Amino acid sequence: MSSREEILALLRENARYSTEDLARQTDLDEAEVERTIEDLEAEGVIRGYQAIVDASKTEPERVRASVELNVTLDRETGYDDIAQRLAKFPEVTGLRLVSGDFDFAMEVEGDSMSEVSRFISEKVAPVPEITQTVTHYIMESYKERGVEFGDGHDDDRLSISP
Amino acid sequence: MTFEESDRLATVPPSGIRRFFEIAEEYDDIISLGVGEPDFAPPWSARDAAIASLERGQTSYTANRGMGELRDRIAVDVEKRYGLQYDPDTEILVTSGASEAIDLAFRAFHNPGDTVAVAQPCYLSYVPGATLAGADVIDVPTREADDFKLTREVLEASGAAEADTLVMCYPNNPTGATMTREELAPVADFAREHDLQVFSDEIYAELTYEHDHASIATFPGMAERTVVFNGFSKAYAMTGLRLGYALAPAEAIEAMNRIHQYTMLSAPTTAQHAAIDALDNCADDVDEMRTQYNRRRNFLLSRFEEMGLDCFRASGAFYVFPECPWDDADAFAEALIEEEGVAVVPGHVFGAGGEGHLRVTYATSMRDLKEAMARIESFIE
Repeated sequence: MSSREEILALLRENARYSTEDLARQTDLDEAEVERTIEDLEAEGVIRGYQAIVDASKTEPERVRASVELNVTLDRETGYDDIAQRLAKFPEVTGLRLVSGDFDFAMEVEGDSMSEVSRFISEKVAPVPEITQTVTHYIMESYKERGVEFGDGHDDDRLSISP
Repeated sequence: MTFEESDRLATVPPSGIRRFFEIAEEYDDIISLGVGEPDFAPPWSARDAAIASLERGQTSYTANRGMGELRDRIAVDVEKRYGLQYDPDTEILVTSGASEAIDLAFRAFHNPGDTVAVAQPCYLSYVPGATLAGADVIDVPTREADDFKLTREVLEASGAAEADTLVMCYPNNPTGATMTREELAPVADFAREHDLQVFSDEIYAELTYEHDHASIATFPGMAERTVVFNGFSKAYAMTGLRLGYALAPAEAIEAMNRIHQYTMLSAPTTAQHAAIDALDNCADDVDEMRTQYNRRRNFLLSRFEEMGLDCFRASGAFYVFPECPWDDADAFAEALIEEEGVAVVPGHVFGAGGEGHLRVTYATSMRDLKEAMARIESFIE
């Protein structure tokens, strides 16, 4: 694994590893780690760092929905045009073009179900190219971006073994 | 009526690790760096294969030597990975963990009064295994100056030349030491010169970080005098499924199988199904685990160096073996559990040469390792 791949793998595991800890885990010195991260950021490989939050434990609880969107395209309007417009809304936390029965999988976040519903009906549905929206409210989250939301006590090994 | 222990058993003390286990068990929420097994679950695919075999009701005994499909795959695998050539029909015995295979070998090839030279520090079963077989044990303490590798000097100094059997384990538990082909050559020479049989425990063979594993059985004239032990516990994180194997010349496997067929009958069938899948489909999982272990190893070696604790560059298994900052390693390990909630195991528990050291396992999440290292650092300051 190259040092780039190595650093990227470690940051995907935990973006809060300090430069020191990244250096300790690899064969790189701290300056090399810093430089590698700067390169990854400058090239747009790393686009940001965020906490993975269990929304059910925040006050007030945030409401999230995944929304399926179907669109029609014409000569002037492609997927990218529609996506760029939708991505500007601060309520939209994720937007992906997907294969299958619908075109876009969009993630939306708000303070309440009514707020999210209003956003979909007033801001998203009226976009002329969008022909259909199907909204799924997220009821419970068990895992986000590789992190399980269990109690973390699933190591049942003996505390000392030969 | 009272049960009186046999004279032979009476010479076997309770496991030295037991005391630390009991101390550790008194505390909730300790971070244990005292475990001798992976923190990963077995690869999904191997677990699925085990479940599927249960659904099909495949729970009968297998052939004493293990399922033919499994032995065939083991033969292919050890040849591909380590250059070991064994006939799956006559030279491979599948056992309930490598530990059973080691016990079988001690019992099959020793008479009372035979001598077994055990390279130490080492896994806790060898000395009791030899003792229960009636053999006398010669301690062969390896030295930190040699990075705990087995050398001709320590073999000569300990009187191993007189032994019938040499027991060695590389990559090593508890030190994390490994041996290259060049370093094994003089040991192979010594074994041939003094006509020793060699028991080579290679259970950690897949977990090396600086060079590929080399097996002593691949040296000229060594396969005929060596029993190689390996298994699925460490490489595939299948400790509780209890599956290992022995590789040896046909007459040796036949002898070991004669005990195995009466005492164990056959290794766990469900585990054999998991193992077949592990060998077919799980090489990538092993690579991923090795990558993770290596990062953690680097982390611990860096941290101990920063703390000013002498720690040789362990290059295999999932252990590092730093010096103990106190003269009394037992007292240190106890105090570390009581005051900081971190468990490690004093090195002397694993035999001669381990004094003054600590076995620290990195088969634990990075988060716990980071926290544990911070606690150890503040404790020794």
